[in-house]
Amino acid sequence: MAAASETTGTARPRRRGLPGWIEYGFIPLANIAAAFLVSGLVVLFVGENPFEAVKILLWGALGFGEGIGFTLFYATNFMMTGLAVAVAFHAGLFNIGGEGQAYVGGLGVTLAALALDRYVPWWVTFPVAICGAALFGAAWALIPAWLQAKRGSHIVITTIMFNFIASALMVWLLVDHLTPAGSMQPETRTFEAGGHLPELGGLFALFGLDIGGAPVNITLFVALVACVFVYVLIWRTRLGYEIRAVGFNPTAAVYAGISPVKITIVAMLISGALAGIMALNPVMGEQYRLQIDFVAGAGFVGIAVALMGRAHPVGVILASILFGMLYQGGAELAFEIPSISRDMIVVIQGLVILFAGALENMFRPGITRGYALLTAPRAEPARAAGGGS
Amino acid sequence: MIQSPDQSAPADPSTPPAIALSGIDKSFGAVHANKDIDLTIAKGTIHGIVGENGAGKSTLMSILYGYYQADSGEIRVDGNRVDIQSPDDAIAAGIGMVFQHFMLVEPFTVLENVMLGVEGGTILREGAAKARAELERLERDYALEVDPDAVVGDLAVGLQQRVEILKALYRGAETLILDEPTGVLTPAEADHLFRILRQLRDQGKTVILITHKLREIMAVTDTVSVMRRGEMTATVKTAETSPEQLAELMVGRRVLLRVDKAEAEPGKPMLELESVSLRDTRGVTLLDDVSLSIRSGEIVGVAGVAGNGQSDLLEVISGIRRATAGTMRVDGGTVDIIGVADAARQRELGVAHVPEDRHRMGLITAFEENENAILGYHDDAAYLNGPFLDFDAIRDHARERIAQYDIRPPDCRLKTENFSGGNQQKIVLAREMERGPKVLLVGQPTRGVDIGAIEFIHRQLVAMRDAGAAILLVSVELDEIRSLSDRILVMCGGRIVGERGPEASEQELGLMMAGMGDADMPAAGEAV
Amino acid sequence: MDFQTILLVLDSMVRLSIPLILAALAGLYSERSGIFDIGLEGKMLAGAFAAGAVGAVTASAWLGLGAAIVASVVLALVHGFASITQRGNQIVSGVAINFLAAGLTAFLGYAWFSQGGQTPQLPAAGRFQSLTLPGAETLREVPVLGPIYFDLISGHNLLVYLGLAAVPFTWWVVYRTRFGLRLRAVGENPAAVDTAGISVTWLRYRAVIICGMLCGVAGAYLSIAQSAGFVRDMTAGKGFIALAALIFAKWRPWPVLGACLLFGLLDAVAIRLQGASLPGIGEVPVQFMQALPYVLTVILLAGFIGKAVPPRAGGIPYVKER
Repeated sequence: MAAASETTGTARPRRRGLPGWIEYGFIPLANIAAAFLVSGLVVLFVGENPFEAVKILLWGALGFGEGIGFTLFYATNFMMTGLAVAVAFHAGLFNIGGEGQAYVGGLGVTLAALALDRYVPWWVTFPVAICGAALFGAAWALIPAWLQAKRGSHIVITTIMFNFIASALMVWLLVDHLTPAGSMQPETRTFEAGGHLPELGGLFALFGLDIGGAPVNITLFVALVACVFVYVLIWRTRLGYEIRAVGFNPTAAVYAGISPVKITIVAMLISGALAGIMALNPVMGEQYRLQIDFVAGAGFVGIAVALMGRAHPVGVILASILFGMLYQGGAELAFEIPSISRDMIVVIQGLVILFAGALENMFRPGITRGYALLTAPRAEPARAAGGGS
Repeated sequence: MIQSPDQSAPADPSTPPAIALSGIDKSFGAVHANKDIDLTIAKGTIHGIVGENGAGKSTLMSILYGYYQADSGEIRVDGNRVDIQSPDDAIAAGIGMVFQHFMLVEPFTVLENVMLGVEGGTILREGAAKARAELERLERDYALEVDPDAVVGDLAVGLQQRVEILKALYRGAETLILDEPTGVLTPAEADHLFRILRQLRDQGKTVILITHKLREIMAVTDTVSVMRRGEMTATVKTAETSPEQLAELMVGRRVLLRVDKAEAEPGKPMLELESVSLRDTRGVTLLDDVSLSIRSGEIVGVAGVAGNGQSDLLEVISGIRRATAGTMRVDGGTVDIIGVADAARQRELGVAHVPEDRHRMGLITAFEENENAILGYHDDAAYLNGPFLDFDAIRDHARERIAQYDIRPPDCRLKTENFSGGNQQKIVLAREMERGPKVLLVGQPTRGVDIGAIEFIHRQLVAMRDAGAAILLVSVELDEIRSLSDRILVMCGGRIVGERGPEASEQELGLMMAGMGDADMPAAGEAV
Repeated sequence: MDFQTILLVLDSMVRLSIPLILAALAGLYSERSGIFDIGLEGKMLAGAFAAGAVGAVTASAWLGLGAAIVASVVLALVHGFASITQRGNQIVSGVAINFLAAGLTAFLGYAWFSQGGQTPQLPAAGRFQSLTLPGAETLREVPVLGPIYFDLISGHNLLVYLGLAAVPFTWWVVYRTRFGLRLRAVGENPAAVDTAGISVTWLRYRAVIICGMLCGVAGAYLSIAQSAGFVRDMTAGKGFIALAALIFAKWRPWPVLGACLLFGLLDAVAIRLQGASLPGIGEVPVQFMQALPYVLTVILLAGFIGKAVPPRAGGIPYVKER
């Protein structure tokens, strides 16, 4: 995982060769297990049975077709916001503003849909909406990015502030400008067919799975394509090389002729754009209109997803599915056991961020020792001579 | 002027040694820094500990001071066994340490720094008056004058070092350890420090001096111990040894202390600076009207105590930083150094840069070796395929360099943080040298590198010179400057105070490093 | 705008700035010791909930305050453990604390009280009441000074006076005591403190605990002094605004007071202006007023009023150099 620069202030202890599957598979699993353990204790604390809760949760997420559909629907949201945070991480930036960037991205989607939905089929509106979402999302990330790059204003605080400002802005726009006259609800009119993204019910039916009314739609494929895009960008392009350089060591980046100012802004614009694209899923894929707070916390889940997925697209996909399961299963759980409200998910989110992010080295020594014991070499390794000073 | 040691007060054989270490062993992971070390230091002497970078000297002394804990072994102070688990215990045992990188709080005053940890009460005012009186007494007794109310961050480095010594004495140190104290001093300041050390010794204190500079050992110590690769190899009386013998003990074989090189054959000017000045955002002058010219096929060394503008000079020339005034020409073509700072542009013009601090600047330690092999040159069409990186080409190229420069381990996919200091330096050198640059800027090329690699690096630099490169060499090691340079420029206070040939004496260079430029030099024959 | 209105606005200003002052001072201790704290928001929220919950159940404001401090300190210790002992990323840890607090307060609030995440309305004994300072009633008639004493200075609850007193007290601790000297030292150069024989770890833990205590008081103020119970997400970003005020004040106690009073004043004026018409602009939308403190925070952080240099060792875990 990146982010070793002064912006986030990590000290990176030396990592000596734990194999990839431990680094990207086992340790994240250990982190989520710890998060679940603590959450289980909280559930116990309010007098409920944590094992019962987990059973209901798993059943709700994967036990029936519609559940799986909803799980994937939520996972789509989290993939986009998770990718957004991940790209920023690689540049050494902590983008907490995904929530606001997605919200404003929704405005871009809505404007495209409202302008075109009566006149063209969905597959014409679709690319325009993607561009609109990306543009608006990026624009919302621009000012915090510029302030961090040029004035050193801490991007964590500015992006959080922009989340609040986005909330106020969008409510004002909806209430005062976008709600059709005479309507009591602060929301836009419902999009016509040209503003509906096709759902994937038919596709799943081909594989024998009935997902009922789950709104999982083609945005899922957009998210998967975005994952590939991010992978190629970060590890296979020159821009990605420069982004990682700035993220690891801004001083060396300047030495290498890379401009941290330029990279900070570019990385944040990409990040904002990815978060903005998330809006397609609920706005054009499920609700077919712009409503207040349609993001519903997905921007924040993206942070947990990026941390748990070690800022790598494959990890992000897996973590997104996990959190999708939590959201869908959590809804069922709140239904079956009312005292376990959906806020439990936020608790788990916080615990995942804590274990996968701040306490990421807590399990490492134990796991490293365990691994060393299990793979003990035949002879005593010769010690390196001299090295202290 | 560095003098020979004073042998007037031999240690009394019946007094127990000030410090006796036995069986000290310490490992950091796989690195065995101290191997079963025994060391006896007589009371009232100046005892030197010498060895190359990485020999284990600092680790050993840090254990004595309680900063690290030994894995095994015993420490005796004045004959009594003591258990030193923290600096607190060491201070209680009368041991004080002056670290290589000062342990000072820069926004605090001298008095506050001295009081930190021994404030004398919960309310500061209570202990402050007593502390001030005691501090002033120490300053008088040991000729360590410094204003107690001066802000430490504003003091010159030599004065900051005095504060460090005062801190130790204030806590009642009977044994004073100094770790590489002269790295930041001019020869004259180092001289003054040695006078202070002799005075401390004459007043009954014990001084342990850690250094890798053989001249200092010969100049001021009574006894010297040599460490090599974590082991204590020998302890001898300074009067009975020589720099050559010590060097051999340090390395284990005969060492060539000078580089073999032919006479330089310089061509046309490759790098020219005219009246370059640099002022930082606080208005402090970092470079003051610097002009120089380096021709192809010569090595120009810049001597000076660290912090006198050399680093800033390298940063301006290499395009990392914008100058405030002045012009620069590379191979005759003017380069705008005031409006734009773009290291990439400099590279395109043929200026390569081996930075002083390879960790902080020259490498991204989290990158794989092959990724660092193209750092700064990653926009070269040979490595790219449109917007994509061509890793086949990059890795082939990296493997060639590894073979050519004998970089170990020979794995271009290994993360750079896993290479040793010397090999990391080779990665940087390979990268900057291989393109046959017109101008090569080199800062502290052998810092933290062991002697075998030093010889290799010096030979590479001479080879590049002979191939026609114009080389600007910045180093705080006067020996390195004198053995490699065809011309020597001396910097002090951001200015070039004078130019000499490599045959110039250390005294002459030292005076210039202290600010006495050509304008201030005494006439020939006058006493210094 | 007449004299009485000015007094009322200033009175509001003081009341609105107290949670900011307490939270900003909390952050001061932590950040001066070198531990960045983005989690002031979460600690305040946890404190507010604990005070509201315990205050409602026990009908005792003091027990509520105590619970707030305990809850906040627990979260502070988690942050301390992650930052100091585990040497983790302090920003990430702070963000985690915020989510934990947001989730737990809502979750427990719903599980225990089932009122949509709120705590029940507090009885009078469960709140800190207004205090009338001695002589306020009798002096009320004195022209100009009387009303100032009665309306502005007297008539606040205990936590307001505590909050205001915390400013000079903090100044004294940080600049005049041994602890304060060491606190400032460890934030600038922890190695200097370590080699002087002082425990860096213990010093930083103490700073973090004090931070937790003050955040707890700030949270308690919100739920059982300023209001009559806890409401979901009632901190609404105040923790971040306090952090911005701290940065703006360059980590010094008296400027912190000034910055927080400024935010309080703006908040007070904004409330007055709600629904009112400004010349030339017409009616100011309520959402604009809601967004104002956050916009101001961004402007403050843009640093057009001078660059703020944090403690040198801030955000960097202390590792003995090898």
